[in-house]
Amino acid sequence: MRSGEGRSSAELLADGGVVDEADRETPTGGTVDRLTTAIDRQFGSDFLESSPFWLPPFLLMALFVYGAILWNLLISLTDYEGFAAAPNYGDLDFEMYVRAATDPTVVDAAINTFLLIVGFTGATLVVGLVVAILIDRGIRFENTFRTIYLLPMSLSFVVTAQFWLWMYNFNNGVVNIALGTVGLGPFDWIGNSSIVLWAVVFALMWQFSGYAMVVYLAGLRAIPTEHYEAAKVDGASTFRMYWRVIVPQLKGATISAAVVLMVFALKAFDFLYSLVSGYRPPNGADILATKMVREAYSNQNWAYGAAIAIVLFVLALSVIGPYLYYQYRRDNL
Amino acid sequence: MTDERDATADGPAGPDEPDGTDRHGVTPADGGDGTRADGGTTTATATAAEPGRLDGVDGYRVALYLVLLGLVSFYLAPIESGLVTSFKTGTAVAETAPFAPPGVDGFTLEKWRLAIDALIVGMGNSVLYAVPATVLSAFLGSTAAYGLTISDWADRYKVPVLALFVAGIFIPYQAVLVPLTQFWSNWVSVESLLSFVWALGISNDYAGIVELIVTHVAYGIPICTILFRSYYKNISEEMVESARLDGASLRRVYRRIVLPLSTPMFAVVLIYQFTQIWNDLLFTLVLVATESSPAAPVVLILAGLGTSLEGQDFALRMAGAFFAALPTLAVYVAFGEEFAEGVAT
Repeated sequence: MRSGEGRSSAELLADGGVVDEADRETPTGGTVDRLTTAIDRQFGSDFLESSPFWLPPFLLMALFVYGAILWNLLISLTDYEGFAAAPNYGDLDFEMYVRAATDPTVVDAAINTFLLIVGFTGATLVVGLVVAILIDRGIRFENTFRTIYLLPMSLSFVVTAQFWLWMYNFNNGVVNIALGTVGLGPFDWIGNSSIVLWAVVFALMWQFSGYAMVVYLAGLRAIPTEHYEAAKVDGASTFRMYWRVIVPQLKGATISAAVVLMVFALKAFDFLYSLVSGYRPPNGADILATKMVREAYSNQNWAYGAAIAIVLFVLALSVIGPYLYYQYRRDNL
Repeated sequence: MTDERDATADGPAGPDEPDGTDRHGVTPADGGDGTRADGGTTTATATAAEPGRLDGVDGYRVALYLVLLGLVSFYLAPIESGLVTSFKTGTAVAETAPFAPPGVDGFTLEKWRLAIDALIVGMGNSVLYAVPATVLSAFLGSTAAYGLTISDWADRYKVPVLALFVAGIFIPYQAVLVPLTQFWSNWVSVESLLSFVWALGISNDYAGIVELIVTHVAYGIPICTILFRSYYKNISEEMVESARLDGASLRRVYRRIVLPLSTPMFAVVLIYQFTQIWNDLLFTLVLVATESSPAAPVVLILAGLGTSLEGQDFALRMAGAFFAALPTLAVYVAFGEEFAEGVAT
């Protein structure tokens, strides 16, 4: 009671209620009640009652996501290959990782993955930002423009791959015809191993710059109008105003858009598979995602594929980890 | 759509507009200037007051719209080119420009007929798993978000659980593929569990469809949870609190207050999830045997359509691509706003 002297009467009452309840339950209630009270004290009053809501989805997700990743790690340490039904878990070593590190095709795929992620994310963010700024200039038919720019994102990679295969066609594709009018080309976009990766980056940028636009547009709309006006009063040009005042305030939008775009880049497997209707992407466009699936499902090198998958996962984790921490620090989780 | 609102708000020289045609005041500040309301003559005065400036602004607006229209053609070019090509005969594909309409003698519906023949069963198969998986993952995402947002328990335990949900959105699926194959072939054999179904004469390849449902639900839960959580964060705490003080259980609060309030978010999540699941190729490739399987989803068949030893039949490919994209295109055209909200969150 003495400890409660300083508190307001309402708190005292609330606190007293809990003590009463606990006092009442301890002698009469069984172990279950006591356990319930103890859990509620430790985790918060709604913990047990809320668990039927979040625990089943959490367990299903945890099994398929985190359970599977750990399992994948285990498989990558075996020598599992061929048509055997299951790996032999008795013999674990890092052989597959050594093999991956010394395999020039894996190193090439890793470099291509890096180039694809950086090139695609960078290009998409820049285009998305420019389009968002244009849309935000108080135009008419804003919704119509926005809907058209976002349209490619609603399409499957399988569908857009068909479109771009036709766009990049050597003799009769729109891209070569358009470049031909200014005296360039024709280029063999898919067949030339030194440009195919950038052709893929461009096609993916086409598909996802609408997404970057939507994210940036939300960011732009959150900036108070006074900031624009203040910059105007200072006599800054429009370009300077955006570069110095507005763009720095879009840091949050840039970070979340960049993380999501990197994930899309990792999913580029679907696009590359559909371009060639098979596991082997055009020469010069092999990335870790395609290499992994090809090793596992085409060559039946299961353990080797699992090891490449772990490399890919670590790559993704190096982006997601800092992002999660950043969101947690901003109390945004 | 809501174009109407924009059109009135941005009407040039609209009398009810305080800060000019541009939201951010690129035009000289003429706010509250009553004379502007009578149009032409005042514009002339304004030009006189600031020579050249208004001309510059007009030119700037024209350039802005030209750039925006240029972007429209950039985003629609592959789609337009694909659409016209899908109606062309083989000779027309080779001889006409890829973006030009087929013309009278180059026009054919043959490729569409072939594409529909090849894809119609796959379309049904896709619906079979995309619809249940979408509904289930949205519902589970909603309950999970409710349990993690509105109910009151210690943050230091909530945060790690949430972090696991968020991280689950971003993992590359390659990292779970081999175990997934192992799980469905060695641990949980849908094929033997549902043997009574195959006895009815349904191909046992449809076990792959059941596996696809469970798999897509499991991997869809994280994104659905986070989408719902962002929405539930803004539900009035007082309302939930007073219901709780009146003795309502969490279940009752969910059924009577939260679930009815979630309807707009369900629209967003269902549309987002449906598009994602319909469009995904990787899981169908791994879980359903081959594109010739009777249970093959539409994306799997489309990925191999129009390729043969003689070369690629682009008209067929384009027709197939459009046919396979019809459901997601229809959803996008009807619910573009919800789709944009889903991707932006």
